[in-house]
Amino acid sequence: MALAPNQLALSEEESAMLAGEHGEAVAMCMRIIVGVAKANGAEKLIEIESAHADGTLYHGEAGLDFTEKLVALGGKVKVKTTTNVGSLDLLHPTLVHGDEITMAHGRRLMDAHIALGCEPTWSCAPYQAGHRPAFGSHVAWAESNAIAFVNSVLGARSDRYGDFLDLSAAVTGRVPFGGLHHDAARKAVLVLDFSNIDSKMFSEDAPWAALGVLLGNKAGTRVAAMVGLPGDLADGGVTEDRLKGMGATSASAGGVGLFHVVGITPEAPTLEAIIAPNAEHIIITAQDVQEARDQLSTTTSDKLDAVSLGTPHFSVDEFRALAEAIGEGPKFAEHIDFYVSTSRDVLARSKVLGYFDVFTNAGGRVLTDTCTYVTPVLNRNVRNVMTNSGKWAWYAPGNLGIDVVLGSLVECVASARAGRVVRDESLWS
Amino acid sequence: MVLTVAKILTGKTSHPGEAHGEVLVLTEPVSFWGGVNHHGEIIDVHHAQHKAKMTNKILVMPSGRGSSSATAVLAELIRTGDGPLGIVMLQCDTILVIGALVSAEIYGISMPIVELAQAEYDQLTDGMNVVIAADSQSQVATVTL
Repeated sequence: MALAPNQLALSEEESAMLAGEHGEAVAMCMRIIVGVAKANGAEKLIEIESAHADGTLYHGEAGLDFTEKLVALGGKVKVKTTTNVGSLDLLHPTLVHGDEITMAHGRRLMDAHIALGCEPTWSCAPYQAGHRPAFGSHVAWAESNAIAFVNSVLGARSDRYGDFLDLSAAVTGRVPFGGLHHDAARKAVLVLDFSNIDSKMFSEDAPWAALGVLLGNKAGTRVAAMVGLPGDLADGGVTEDRLKGMGATSASAGGVGLFHVVGITPEAPTLEAIIAPNAEHIIITAQDVQEARDQLSTTTSDKLDAVSLGTPHFSVDEFRALAEAIGEGPKFAEHIDFYVSTSRDVLARSKVLGYFDVFTNAGGRVLTDTCTYVTPVLNRNVRNVMTNSGKWAWYAPGNLGIDVVLGSLVECVASARAGRVVRDESLWS
Repeated sequence: MVLTVAKILTGKTSHPGEAHGEVLVLTEPVSFWGGVNHHGEIIDVHHAQHKAKMTNKILVMPSGRGSSSATAVLAELIRTGDGPLGIVMLQCDTILVIGALVSAEIYGISMPIVELAQAEYDQLTDGMNVVIAADSQSQVATVTL
């Protein structure tokens, strides 16, 4: 049986874009959008309200050639376009010690995005750095954690986009009408049921990272609904940051682009509202969560060299929680490198609110525009690192060749002071 | 001279182009970001064909896998000539199509990606030589054995 070719219908304006009437940059981007639409069998394109560009981190010359070609052709983004992390910290240039070519090309790549009219957000959490798309709006976001957040926590709609398509969508203002833009594709085909677990297990941040591993392992790229989890998105940022961390981890361990937490996330006031026919139902036990946690630590040693928070980028609420945990207490141990990765926007607000001073006076350092697991920031002698981030714990051992220990924010602060890993096992029972 | 009748498999064009070469069949998908190095070798230690080299081969794999930055990695492999000459899949992968589209735009190298149905896909075996012609207009693609 031969697979049938599909029919893609373009509007008059879209046809004009493709024909070069809006300039060669628009035409090139439209050829890419149309090429993807045809390959996926989309019947039409839809307009987007914003884009988040992920191609800002340097992976090789092809990404730079593409972005600089768009600039040379006079390309400009047509919708609000935020930028993901780059390969450099432009505000604190001495913190990153990468090789010369990566640093030079990484800088050119960031400059090219600005030349196209993108905003200098340089953050994987644009949704906490000044841009929150409205419920139900269509957007083209790349960067896996941002896709999971915008779909799940904000209820806006983005398919799972990557480098090149993000800018093509930004320059044309269009994406193929497919994937998670469709109502039907947003229904849960899998239910993860946590009703049998005492909700006090979820009272700290670290278990939510473990939930991310569980979700990613069970769902893969499927849409799951989670029932029996505590939380409220109007609680001053606590639940939001937990879902941010969980979503980021699930998009690393699996390919999750959308999840629902019944009673908490906006599309899921009830299970009935979002469940697909014949959905699979899985009962989760406390032991499942503990096993997922164990995938996020690579050592049982209590030796500690560094602490890294802020993957995805720290929010103002997380900075407040960190400042509260530090309080009037002693400084971090001399030999501990303690980093927070965040956006410029959050850094500026945290300075005004005094959280920045509390953290840096205790001995901490803040990295912006990039992240500690994608660029060489940590001291080369660092071997054991503690984090409250499931995504960091998932990728850093492979990227950086270090060992990792997962702990809550409070445990991270206590460990940094003690100069060794301090964990409260009762948290996980 | 021995005459053999060529067998033609018909599928759908995911990305247009023409190629001929030796087939490398992957028994499971590989992620280009983190799973394939700049020399076209599979470096994912969990992959059944760890260390296999796809350079100048016709890569046959069921679907895509992994990070969305694979677009940039595939485009870079095509740019340097370390990538496959063409890809045949059971299930079209958007991420790889984007990498191919951009390589065609920037470097003028049109690497075909073809989607075949299961019965046709199953006829491709490791080491055989094939010719791919993936047409843009009709979206009909052929793989000639």
